[in-house]
Amino acid sequence: MNETVQPDRAAGSSVAVATLSRQLRDRPIIPLLGLALALVVVFALVSPRSMNPEWVGVQLRAAIPLAILAGCQTLAMLTGGIDLSVGAVASLVGFLVAALLPGIGTPAALLVAFSAAALAGLVTGIGVGIFRVHPLIMTLAMSLVVFGSANALQLLLVKIQSGVPDLIRSIGSDTLFSVLPYNLIVFVPVAAAIILGLRRTGYGRLLYAVGDNPIAARLAGARAWQVLVVLYVISALLAAVAGVLISGLTNVASVNLADTYVLPSVAAAVIGGTSIMGGRGGYGGAVVGALILTLLSSLLGTLGLPEATRQVVFGSIIVAVAAIYARVTAES
Amino acid sequence: MSAAAAPVGVTRARPGRAISSWARDNSWTLGLVGFLAVLFVFTKIIQPSYGASGIQGLANSMLPLALAAVAQSIVIVAGGIDLSVASMMALTNVVAASQMRGQSEEYAVLVVIGVLVLGIVLGLVNGGLVVLTRVPDIVVTLAMLYVWAGCALLVLAAPGGGAAAWLKDLVKGSLVNEWIPKSAVLLVVIVALVWIPLRRSRLGLSIYAVGSNRLAAFRSGVSVGRTKVIAYGVAGLFAALGGLALTASMGVGRPMLGGYTLMSIAAAVLGGVSLAGGRGGVFGPIVAVMILSLLQTDITLIGVNPNLATVLQGAILIGVVMLGSITQFRGGRR
Repeated sequence: MNETVQPDRAAGSSVAVATLSRQLRDRPIIPLLGLALALVVVFALVSPRSMNPEWVGVQLRAAIPLAILAGCQTLAMLTGGIDLSVGAVASLVGFLVAALLPGIGTPAALLVAFSAAALAGLVTGIGVGIFRVHPLIMTLAMSLVVFGSANALQLLLVKIQSGVPDLIRSIGSDTLFSVLPYNLIVFVPVAAAIILGLRRTGYGRLLYAVGDNPIAARLAGARAWQVLVVLYVISALLAAVAGVLISGLTNVASVNLADTYVLPSVAAAVIGGTSIMGGRGGYGGAVVGALILTLLSSLLGTLGLPEATRQVVFGSIIVAVAAIYARVTAES
Repeated sequence: MSAAAAPVGVTRARPGRAISSWARDNSWTLGLVGFLAVLFVFTKIIQPSYGASGIQGLANSMLPLALAAVAQSIVIVAGGIDLSVASMMALTNVVAASQMRGQSEEYAVLVVIGVLVLGIVLGLVNGGLVVLTRVPDIVVTLAMLYVWAGCALLVLAAPGGGAAAWLKDLVKGSLVNEWIPKSAVLLVVIVALVWIPLRRSRLGLSIYAVGSNRLAAFRSGVSVGRTKVIAYGVAGLFAALGGLALTASMGVGRPMLGGYTLMSIAAAVLGGVSLAGGRGGVFGPIVAVMILSLLQTDITLIGVNPNLATVLQGAILIGVVMLGSITQFRGGRR
């Protein structure tokens, strides 16, 4: 590491650091799980009474929508992009499902809402993939368009009831034996599909290729624009799933419901070890990242800190984790 | 490093490219100005009474966003991005408002100076963290967005505070004749005092150099880290000016300000600043802010559903940026 009078100790520590670096770079999940566990321990010390199976259920239930949205960010970030439209898309879907379901039934409402999301994703993908608009700007502009449309729709669709339909509320907020939240049933297949998709499918490898070295990917015959168009459609559909879960969780269907999730979803993906520059990362880390952020936010709430302090701590921890991460995984 | 000292041979080697890039950059801004003119004519047609008071309203409403866009543009030119602009504005806004409440007019001068220094410090912290941690700018400033927003809430939990009369006067009314709003003059003066000398200095050149090619800048002796930190510091100064403009126009401090970060990025890009860094200025973004503000007015005047105004704004943003990337298509993206 640095010049020292005790070469053997220095060598030992540098080996340890190198091992840790490799660990963080190749399997970020293990140290991240350690961090999540440490937060649980702190939680248990701070508030021993709240440690029960219900607590686990509550934390999981809150982390899942964020984890799904972190999936959108992970996929986009692997290609060197970012998807800031997930909040608007998720809100739109949550709102559409809640507003349409009583009138036209569950399958039709879901079909309409998911088609709307896919359409938004398609437009984003065309903008990014074909017209080469920077993803930050494209998804930002798309979220304005989606939010405005949702607002306009809100005036057209007469709300039949307050809150969201029972089915959606049940999936979003009920738990089995007060431990396993129902939204886990939605989450597990989604997460498995993302992880396997990234590792085992050609499309998954293309995402890494396009993000890691676009020129090499192009020379190898990958059509980046197709990869990107499909990516943003997938991302919008994931956001749609999250939107349904969030409206069920909060029992609210409003057009800016999921706005507060956008920046944490980026933070979760970053903490999870996905490089915002593209080409490196994975979904497993992002899931743990979402869990960490949820635990942290709930821990700060339990400590009785005001919202202001929570935000300061939240921000500082994101910087700290990202900094440790950057330091340890830096290519030497 | 100074432009004057560039060897003649270099300039001669690719004069065509230099001229075409100059023309391209300026054609974008000229196009924006043309679009703005068309928009003014359009406004006058749909609302024949639109005149001095309309210009006045436009200048007042655009001032904070214009300053935010300048802050954002400087960071983007230096190869970064600052997602914390809105919360730096919120923090400086509430600090100014809470300190000025019930104080004398003279004391308010000290507050203004203090707030400007605070803005610079906030920016330097952002930049310092970006450089020291080597975490991508977007992640650091995303986290600092929370930190500064939390600090703003700690200073003032709810809208409140006050503003000195002279500060409010600074952005109210007009100068010389009714067609020249004070806030527009203020904007021109601020940009002329801070940006133009900076742009012409060695430091300004370094900011462009670092943004356009880090490695080349480093190899030609530019201190990359220091330049970037300073760029963030200047952005912090402009964010503080934006916060003060809000204090002046609202007369109070508000700890929660939405939208300024994303709108400032939009304005910067619309104004011809390349997100890849190293290209663009602050004039284009200011014109872009005028366009965005005037569009808002027009949409209200036409009587379009205000919700569709947001859709239209997004659609125009996409359209313009797509147009921009088509015209620059041959240049390649990376």
